Amino acid sequence: MRIPGFGSGFGTSSEGYRGSSFLELLQVDYPHIAFDLSRFGNLERLEVPHGTTVLAFKYADGVIVAGDRLATEGMRVASRDVQKVYATDDHSMIAIAGAAGPAIEMARIMRIELEHYEKIEGQGLEIDGKANKLSQMIRANLPAAMQGLVVVPLFAGYDLRRKQGRMWKFDVTGGRYEEAEFEATGSGGLYARESLKKSHRASATKDEALEMAVQALTDAADEDRGTGGIDTVRGIFPTVIYCSEPGIEQATEPAIRGVYESIMARRANGRAGARR
Amino acid sequence: MSLPFYVSPEQVMQDKAEYARKGIGRGKSSITLEYDSGIALMAENPSSLSKIGEIYDRIAFAGVGKFSEFDQLRKIGVRFADIKGYQYSRDDVRGRALANAYSQAIGDVFTRELKPLEVEVIVAEVGDPELVGHEESEIYRVQYDGSISDHTGFCVIGGSEEELRTYLDANFRAHLPLGEVLRLGRTALGRATDGATVAPENLEVCILEKARIGRKFRRLNTDELRQHLGG
Repeated sequence: MRIPGFGSGFGTSSEGYRGSSFLELLQVDYPHIAFDLSRFGNLERLEVPHGTTVLAFKYADGVIVAGDRLATEGMRVASRDVQKVYATDDHSMIAIAGAAGPAIEMARIMRIELEHYEKIEGQGLEIDGKANKLSQMIRANLPAAMQGLVVVPLFAGYDLRRKQGRMWKFDVTGGRYEEAEFEATGSGGLYARESLKKSHRASATKDEALEMAVQALTDAADEDRGTGGIDTVRGIFPTVIYCSEPGIEQATEPAIRGVYESIMARRANGRAGARR
Repeated sequence: MSLPFYVSPEQVMQDKAEYARKGIGRGKSSITLEYDSGIALMAENPSSLSKIGEIYDRIAFAGVGKFSEFDQLRKIGVRFADIKGYQYSRDDVRGRALANAYSQAIGDVFTRELKPLEVEVIVAEVGDPELVGHEESEIYRVQYDGSISDHTGFCVIGGSEEELRTYLDANFRAHLPLGEVLRLGRTALGRATDGATVAPENLEVCILEKARIGRKFRRLNTDELRQHLGG
């Protein structure tokens, strides 16, 4: 009888994975439940949920990450309230763009991976180590990416050693690029970046940062059909997460609604930003 | 070719048990105590090698005996829990299942291998009022031969188990606040060394706090510990 996680037991013949990585543990000891899309052949014609705008930028206390909630399948809406921004531990978060299924799974594994490492080693990874690990996971997904299941997340967090927020973007080959101020990705990423280019200030307070984030997402949703705008009727708001020295904090719905309504009122009045 | 001597199975088991008990007896004890809003795990441990560790959201581990062996068990427990939580859901990871798996693994080594594991471990799972059927805390103890027992209130493992248990039987009460439970635990641990007071920097203390969301395990640093003990 095989007890999960207990390998073949304790004797001298003890086999099984002995390292600190959860992903490797899955691949070595549990290949039947491991995450590998490349074995499914060509998925290019398969419609999987896509579409996104996720963004990250620095503000006075650290870094903020935000994302819309819409997932699309071609021209259709797949889901209106997908979560694309996830806390991966107390001081880091991931925002996903690309094929929803594998991207959400990657975010989940990333979270377990960081926690697993911390528990096994008794000490968490440095933030550079976390970003590097994610880049390896994206690289491992390359065969699936070649078949159309591209996953390109943003990773951001608070560096407790340097005492500052930090963020990275990635490409499909696992290339990772640290960004100094702001970054946005996904189908509406270009528009969000344009918006942030005008509004971003690294010295912004938390409230100002929320306004910049909501403004950028609204601008992206305005121009990109794959990005969901704020839906006050259904009560669907973007996910906005702050990360600073004390840890992770999610912006509340009333706060986002308040900011959104004031932006809309300003635009309707034809004052600043009316034509943007 | 010489024939091996016949040794009765009874004798073999007795010898192994004595060997394991001796190994465990050389080390210090560890106590797990319930308090009004969680579980505290304590060990006298001046070194930086941990005897207590986090397994999962609501589950903690404590081991005594040979470090390399119980630390290996701890890591196996983390793998067991993370795989289970990944395959099913986080709420499906339960202390009892882990304690049973430990019991089987340790028992297996005891009967099959020449050398038994010189360890005793505790699996503590803090109750969650939100989780139906698991509102109450559970504490399991697994011994060197794989025998398993469950405990309410407190549990002692290690060399001076009997003495500490007698002391806690007389002095432990349910629903004490954290500070009092920690002071009681420190006094109990001191009984193993002729009633000497254990300095906070020589104590390793971790708690499972009911009120925390998600991962309820937290390690108390020396300053926090001093505050709790001082009051």
